[in-house]
Amino acid sequence: MSQNEVDRSKRRFLIAATTAVGGVAAVATVIPFVASMLPSQRAKAGGAPLEVDISKIEPGMILNVEWRGKPVWIVNRTKDMLDLMAKHDDKLVDPKSEMMQQPEYAKNATRSIKPEFLVAVGVCTHLGCSPTFRKEVGPADLGADWPGGFFCPCHGSKFDLAARVFQGVPAPTNLVIPPHKYLSDSRILIGDDSKGA
Amino acid sequence: MNSLTSLLGWVDERFPLTKLWKEHLSEYYAPKNFNFWYFFGSLALLALVIQIVSGIFLAMNYKPDAGLAFYSVEYIMRDVEWGWLIRYIHSTGASMFFLVIYLHMFRGLIYGSYRKPRELVWIFGMLIYLALMAESFMGYLLPWGQLSYWGAQVIVNLFSAIPFIGPDLSLWIRGDYVISDATLNRFFAFHVVAVPLVLIGLVVAHIIALHEVGSNNPDGIEIKKHKDPKTGLPLDGIPFHPYYTVKDIVGVIVFLMVFSAILFFKPDMGGYFLEYANFVPADTMKTPEHIGALWYFNPFYAILRATPPMFGSPLPGVIAMGAAVMVFFFLPWLDRGAVKSIRYRGTIYKVAVWLFVVSFISLGFLGAQVPTPLYTVLSQIFGVIYFAFFLLMPWYTKIDKCKPVPERVTG
Repeated sequence: MSQNEVDRSKRRFLIAATTAVGGVAAVATVIPFVASMLPSQRAKAGGAPLEVDISKIEPGMILNVEWRGKPVWIVNRTKDMLDLMAKHDDKLVDPKSEMMQQPEYAKNATRSIKPEFLVAVGVCTHLGCSPTFRKEVGPADLGADWPGGFFCPCHGSKFDLAARVFQGVPAPTNLVIPPHKYLSDSRILIGDDSKGA
Repeated sequence: MNSLTSLLGWVDERFPLTKLWKEHLSEYYAPKNFNFWYFFGSLALLALVIQIVSGIFLAMNYKPDAGLAFYSVEYIMRDVEWGWLIRYIHSTGASMFFLVIYLHMFRGLIYGSYRKPRELVWIFGMLIYLALMAESFMGYLLPWGQLSYWGAQVIVNLFSAIPFIGPDLSLWIRGDYVISDATLNRFFAFHVVAVPLVLIGLVVAHIIALHEVGSNNPDGIEIKKHKDPKTGLPLDGIPFHPYYTVKDIVGVIVFLMVFSAILFFKPDMGGYFLEYANFVPADTMKTPEHIGALWYFNPFYAILRATPPMFGSPLPGVIAMGAAVMVFFFLPWLDRGAVKSIRYRGTIYKVAVWLFVVSFISLGFLGAQVPTPLYTVLSQIFGVIYFAFFLLMPWYTKIDKCKPVPERVTG
């Protein structure tokens, strides 16, 4: 090969190699910029999963905790409450929890992992007020057929003790069940449902 | 004079100033039969300039901080010299920009300005529209009022509906688990730096593409087909400058009159240009009574709300809303009509355009209302008409009986 001829295959190889290496470098450079938009360490700390001791909640009582700026309820439901809760499916909007308002493992009759413990975000799905816990059966203001549940004072939405919405109220859907898991019989972690340790 | 000429010569040897002036203004030949609808291109450019200039001055006093943002806007309104004027120019300008853009797009629609060889002009235009929607959405978060906050909450949550990547994607957009200071700060960066740069680049591409192929006109015929044999210039063309620059100045004056009337007498436009719930600072624990979109997004918002959820997921609505915007991109290939302009189209096309306009405006009205079962059904009917206009277009434009098109423009 003389000095003046172009070695086309070598040129093609060099172009391809330069493009590939340059491309890898370009992608690698993009990563820190994209990653910088993920939640910062401070945001992550603020939204960290919350560990709660549930052994102190007496049967029939509620514990209010705050997670990611929202109230989260933990209710220890009694056997009577659970029995009563199963009898009004016909009055509910979504008795079987078809709408994705809960993780897959809470898509059951009690909307919970363990039947007795309800963990729910206490923010009304209508306009974001926080409903009040009304466990008494048939109080004067809510009518004789009230089975116990949550009542929103803002616009009158009603939910049962599985945080399922009743028909004929402004709220369209059941309350949200946050991701959670049991660390032991007495401790739960709200905000993290990953398997394993 | 002589020294000015020689200075110009000095520049021209180093930068094609005279060449650019000629190519894009004094020797850009545009059809001589432009009508009322051709004001809105230059007005859109003016609206962009108004937004950029007023935006720069707002940024001098605005604070992109969740704790300070709302009060910095109040500060601009009350304490900054002429701050109220600059802020109202920017808020009125946003609505006027969309109004002008919609009229500009409608012009392209009825005169077939998206047809070959102007497909890229149309696509660049649509990209500008998308960038504008992003710009408006992110700008709307900045005052950090109740609707800023909850509107952003609703829209960012729409991304969560995307299967698999949705929840992580919306987390990445927000930079937090809820709309927060991190979200506000990044939206500010996008709103004042990133999107405007993209917008300006796209506007340049839009105009370069237009000047490459030449402007369409109300007759939808090519003026380049009939050129003066001696000069080679289109017989039905006139130089953009001075003819259309002067015409556009008339448009600018009327536009500024309308703009000032709104700006000085009705800057909130009865709650449409500035929504009342946004005069309340963002409250993360309290949702406003009615979360409405800004008026120019209402047709798409109506489609979003009217599409029934599937398995409790709003995904179908999100897809329908996205499709309602994206379908415009395909217009150049959906239209199989023999002619470009509505002037020479048959009855079927004219009826179709009218139905489309009625459904677009009706959807806009319905999107602003609190949903009731009746309104939802109406939104669904108009939504179907909206999509039918595009999806049936290959068929009805083909069978439509078009009138003969004249050889030369008709004035």
